[in-house]
Amino acid sequence: MHIMEGFLPATHAAAWTAASAPFVVHGVRSIQKTVKENPEAKMLLGVSGAFSFVLSALKLPSVTGSSSHPTGAGLGAILFRPTVMSALGTIVLLFQALLLAHGGITTLGANVFSMAVVGPFVAYGIYRLGQRLNIPTTVSVFLAAALADLSTYVTTSVQLALAFPDPVGGFMASFVKFSTIFAVTQIPLAISEGFITVVIFNTLAKYSGHELSLLNVFHKKEVKA
Amino acid sequence: MSKFSIRNNILLIAAAVLLSALPLFMSHHFSEGNAAFSGTDDQAEAAIQEINPDYKPWFQSFWEPPSSEIESLLFALQATLGAGFIGYYIGQKRKRSNPLDTKLGKEPSVQ
Repeated sequence: MHIMEGFLPATHAAAWTAASAPFVVHGVRSIQKTVKENPEAKMLLGVSGAFSFVLSALKLPSVTGSSSHPTGAGLGAILFRPTVMSALGTIVLLFQALLLAHGGITTLGANVFSMAVVGPFVAYGIYRLGQRLNIPTTVSVFLAAALADLSTYVTTSVQLALAFPDPVGGFMASFVKFSTIFAVTQIPLAISEGFITVVIFNTLAKYSGHELSLLNVFHKKEVKA
Repeated sequence: MSKFSIRNNILLIAAAVLLSALPLFMSHHFSEGNAAFSGTDDQAEAAIQEINPDYKPWFQSFWEPPSSEIESLLFALQATLGAGFIGYYIGQKRKRSNPLDTKLGKEPSVQ
């Protein structure tokens, strides 16, 4: 999902940066507020960022014969707020842009938008919906993380199709082309990300259950009680 | 949940490993000059140039890893930093929650 440095026309790059900025700013404020109200959550913020660090570093082979990587953005969105992950995801993407030449500064806004805005909001929405519908927490976590992963890559395909419409088929033809590269490859990886997120979530629920309830992660139980 | 959580976690990790390992043993047709298991990010770059051959990237990275080995090293470093932090955190938590664990515990193995 990393759009390479310089590979978005300047107007697009600027527009996506403008679109992402408010989410990142909100996320930074949200982090400051969370840490103030709930100092114990500081380490969990670190874990959320670290999880995204690990997963986005793993380029995994897929059934399509291509490799791609998960994003790890679902966990932090479930534990905190989606915008918290916008801020943490920006750090991950900056690290990769500056040290790995993976992604870029000009494309940072677009990459933040797909990985750290759309993904986390999808994760958060699905998780909360699952809790409301009384779906087992594990299933909600799986769906939230997997679909966040997939939606990130669909977003990247949209971004590229908008910037590079096919001379003949226009936006749709380009979108099909880019989503064939990204989205199809991503399906098994999204499932893997769902599994791994459930593993870390289960582990956190076991050892940090107290912090998670302070963060209102288990909405379901509260509604029931 | 906690009774089965370790077994479930192992099963889930195994499933994730399988999902990544299986494609390596499938037969693929690497058409259009695509190298085996090349990155989708690079493929997208190629697709851009196919759609719009005149497009020239207007900005270059300040620094690029000098070789793919160095790139792998940095990716490994990234994963290690993250995994190390998570491991440290869970280790700390586990140590602290241990007394409680035995109190709520499944079958107290002591006595």
